[in-house]
Amino acid sequence: MAEKINYKKVFLNPLSKDNPVIVQILGICSALAVTAQLEPAMVMGLSVIAILAFSNVIISVIRKTIPANVRIIVQLVVVAALVVVVNQLLLAYAYDVSKELSVFIGLIITNCILMGRLEAFAMSNKPWPSFLDGIGNGIGYTIILIIVAFFRELFGSGTLFGCQIVPQSWYDAGYVNNGLMILPPMALIVVACVIWVHRSYHKELNE
Amino acid sequence: MDNARPHFEKGGRLEMFHSVYEGMDTFLFTPRETGGIGTVHIHDAMDSKRTMILVVLALMPCFFFGMYNTGYQHWLACGLSEFPFWSLMWYGFLAVLPLVLTTYITGLTIEFASAQIKGEEIQEGFLVSGLLIPMILPVDTPLWMAAVATAFAVIFAKEVFGGTGYNIFNVALVARAFLFFAYPANMSGDNAFVPVGKALGYGPVAPDAYSCATPLGQIATSTDPATTLVGADGTPISAWDAFLGLIPGSFGETSLLCILIGGAFLLLMRIIDWRIVISVFLGAVIMGSVTHHFATPLYPNSYLTPLDQFLYGGLAFAAVFMATDPVTAARTNTGKWIYGALIGVIAILIRTYNNGYPEGAMLAVLLMNAFAPLIDWCVVQANIRRRLRRKAQSKISC
Repeated sequence: MAEKINYKKVFLNPLSKDNPVIVQILGICSALAVTAQLEPAMVMGLSVIAILAFSNVIISVIRKTIPANVRIIVQLVVVAALVVVVNQLLLAYAYDVSKELSVFIGLIITNCILMGRLEAFAMSNKPWPSFLDGIGNGIGYTIILIIVAFFRELFGSGTLFGCQIVPQSWYDAGYVNNGLMILPPMALIVVACVIWVHRSYHKELNE
Repeated sequence: MDNARPHFEKGGRLEMFHSVYEGMDTFLFTPRETGGIGTVHIHDAMDSKRTMILVVLALMPCFFFGMYNTGYQHWLACGLSEFPFWSLMWYGFLAVLPLVLTTYITGLTIEFASAQIKGEEIQEGFLVSGLLIPMILPVDTPLWMAAVATAFAVIFAKEVFGGTGYNIFNVALVARAFLFFAYPANMSGDNAFVPVGKALGYGPVAPDAYSCATPLGQIATSTDPATTLVGADGTPISAWDAFLGLIPGSFGETSLLCILIGGAFLLLMRIIDWRIVISVFLGAVIMGSVTHHFATPLYPNSYLTPLDQFLYGGLAFAAVFMATDPVTAARTNTGKWIYGALIGVIAILIRTYNNGYPEGAMLAVLLMNAFAPLIDWCVVQANIRRRLRRKAQSKISC
């Protein structure tokens, strides 16, 4: 390869300046669906990190043997296999959370971030940078999920990781949990606020 | 006011508050800027501030009646049989005053702040919204909820779209929809609509565990098709009571009579478009007749006649004051007919076939707000196509 890859950039860019969710606007659907509480959001984020990192590595290893005209199918098979593994692990060791996440672990296959990274990065880079790219993008996705879930759980249920945060005395004084926070539309607005704050720091991202 | 002016000009001590000054100055006095000599300026006294003031005036009958009715419902709930007029008014005034102050202070603070940040003049759009919000809420709404909803509506329904005149959704309705979904226990059900406690320490107190739903709420939860609707004291309410507005409901929307007075005033002043009002009315009547014709016990609301649909709930208020908002409504004349009719139809559909939402007018208006630009686009395109066809035909005949 003629161009030298900056490993640090590959890893750090997706965390903020090239974040898959708030800059590339990928994977929004799952960000809305699993962020009503912190715990499922965390598990979802970890699953995506694992699947993204390993599918990036696998595709990168075999990238020269994949025929170009069936590459999407090959990528899908790799991702699907990893998703099944993760799903079985969750069923075995975190049954409650996996029930809560229900279909969304399976739907990681259709998450645009995965196909995007495989096509854009792993197909043309060596395994090690691909691994870093996968981890970086996965963490970028997870950060947003956790930020959104933090606000939604705090205001929607008054809890964080299932622990009561808002004291009972507030409820006695007339405080009520915000039911709209539990509903998916509010996740969209929280994501919008995150984008708003992010872009006011990174003015070069404004269109 | 004029003496203070130099401080707010560029370089003055209070330059950063220039927008605030300009806003107060033009609100209290006539604007000082006029078009230069030699330019064309056809501009009458109807700037948007005057329009807003007229809408506020038109809301006054509903507002004063709301005060009276709040007191009246409370007196009924307390089981009293004498209704001294001034006591009722005073109670209603005290009950609604904190709510009005809350919405105005919250909304105006955000408007002033964002105008100052963006370096624009203050837009006066909140003048009407700030009054509309308390009028479409139950008068007992906790103040912090009203403040949160107002802030949400002003920021996310208005400022992010560019401020007054650029909003896609009706600000007051967004505030109400926010409350409706965020805090359903305070926005619907049996305990929301009749105030039970004292208002700022004034008035009698209703017995414990008192509850009374709005007429539409009673219908939505009833199982017997021949339910008699009852008022706050448990006696049946007549159509005449409902027309006058002596029924439990949100603060300003109970009285069909006052809504008609306000609407007639706005129509006379040509501020709202009669096409929208008429088409909402027609849409609701047609859909109301259809649901009434196919009445089933499964959907108790379908036993209401089209007239009842206007007497109870906020449909009439929405038709006159919400659907006609010139910013969020359709702009083409044909579009206005379609827009209004669909609001009427959808409002009745939601009311009737979704027992979870006893009042559909709010959701219907918001939904059609989203579709108004599309309706306009279709109307304009249809017009272009028609004219192209006409031109093509006239060419052939030549």
